Amino acid sequence: MPEWFVLVGVLVIVVGFLLKLDVIAVVIAAALVTTLAAGESFLAFLDLLGKAFVDNRAVSLFLLTLPMIALSERYGLKEQAINLISKLHALTPGRFLTIYTVIRQLTGIFGIRISGMVQFVRPIVHPMSSAAAKSRGSSSESDTELVKAESALSENIGNFFGQNGFVAASGVLLIVGTLTEAGYDVTPELIAAASLPMILIAAIVAAVHFWNIDRRLTKHTADAEGSEVAGDE
Amino acid sequence: MSDLGPGLLEATFVLIGVLLAVTGIRAFLDHSNPRRVTTAAFWLLLSITFAFGAVLPDRLAGIIVLAVGALSLARGVKTGTFDEGTPEDRGAHARRLGNWLFAPALSLAAIAVLISTWAPFGDQSGSIAIGIASVLALVIAWVLTRAPAPVVVAQSDRMIQQVGPIGMLPQFLAMLGVVFTNGGVGEVVANGIAKIVPEGNQLAGVIAYCVGMALFTIIVGNTFAAFTVITTGIGIPFVIALGGNPVIVGAIAMTTGFCGTLVTPMAANFNALPVGLLEMKNTYGVIKAQAPLAAVLFVIQVVLMYVWAF
Repeated sequence: MPEWFVLVGVLVIVVGFLLKLDVIAVVIAAALVTTLAAGESFLAFLDLLGKAFVDNRAVSLFLLTLPMIALSERYGLKEQAINLISKLHALTPGRFLTIYTVIRQLTGIFGIRISGMVQFVRPIVHPMSSAAAKSRGSSSESDTELVKAESALSENIGNFFGQNGFVAASGVLLIVGTLTEAGYDVTPELIAAASLPMILIAAIVAAVHFWNIDRRLTKHTADAEGSEVAGDE
Repeated sequence: MSDLGPGLLEATFVLIGVLLAVTGIRAFLDHSNPRRVTTAAFWLLLSITFAFGAVLPDRLAGIIVLAVGALSLARGVKTGTFDEGTPEDRGAHARRLGNWLFAPALSLAAIAVLISTWAPFGDQSGSIAIGIASVLALVIAWVLTRAPAPVVVAQSDRMIQQVGPIGMLPQFLAMLGVVFTNGGVGEVVANGIAKIVPEGNQLAGVIAYCVGMALFTIIVGNTFAAFTVITTGIGIPFVIALGGNPVIVGAIAMTTGFCGTLVTPMAANFNALPVGLLEMKNTYGVIKAQAPLAAVLFVIQVVLMYVWAF
């Protein structure tokens, strides 16, 4: 078999994820075809699979943090977060979304796992940014659409550039697992610390971006007021 | 105390095993779960790999992993109904407890960082710190909420089932990374990349690694999967082997992959879900808004990795 044949495992991952098949089964199938393509036996595959899985148990350490989060949630963690965010109602849409991005980064750094789109963006972040935009005269269809997209953006940026600041984030543990297996000496707290500069940079980039969004919304409003024709653009 | 390290780390895994076993048993007893037997089997099998990992023969562990995969493939893992409390009830607790509700989560992070900085358990301190901090933070949450014991158990069970099989994915991907390395996937990818990327050039290596992370994420929609493949194939031979600090390179590579997530329709949870939730007109509206920001962050990370890691 040619050497490149082991890449069939990568192909399985790509096709499996594209077709949205069961992800755990796809990963195991990729492992199987890779090992067989490398000329090893099925029994050798089982040995390798079991050892590799057990050796990487540390990647799932975050499971231990779930009982505390679950209990806090049951006693109103999200409701209290919403109480806090609701106090930010006098801001421009851009400033509000900047603050939400930073709050979302902080929840990541402190390991609070939330599905922000469902729990925050739909019920609170979008209504508040949209109200802020409307109170400043931006109510055209394209502005409404823009504020929706920016609300989702603020959640994604805050989530992606925040979570790795937490020592027990699964991304952090995966980095540690992968590099340790490759023979490098890395620890979760070093990875989390090395993630902090990008978290700060992302906050600054987001702040500039939202400052620009505020300007765009104001400009749209000014244009609409200066125009004889009702409607936008 | 560093000789305590391995034992304490194993105890941490046993604790995870207990947590998953409780979930397995509760799932089995939960008649509101349409697939309670297979769901219970899924969690109990995983629980065995955690609790007995140190003594489990590799082959048996391998068979268990296959069985877990088969249960997942057969859509055998479902959830029943959980006690999540009414919004009024949670709201009343929130008014009573106020900002103290953030104390457990904050202390989790603080304790974990404290222990791992102090590093009393040698190399394993980071992992053990997470275990100890989780237990202490749970105690703080329990004292704070004065929740009855059954509520504590029910809530942790709820969250484990909700975070569920997807939460386990990173461990399966880390496992795949080992299998890829064993099969020589990294070398084959590296040989292919070596034809395009000038050998020994640090900047070219950094660019190839970051582009690889973002592109692979765009294709599969999952940064964790990309990290496993691209780090063995490009990151290690073309960046870390040239003297790049593995900690800095690894940390930045992961968030570079997130830039791919920001622009791919494959990441439905992040880019398509809000379109539906917010009733947006443009299916790609979120991606369109995110693309310029993703590009800026991507370039910054390439520069940062090159400047900081060498």
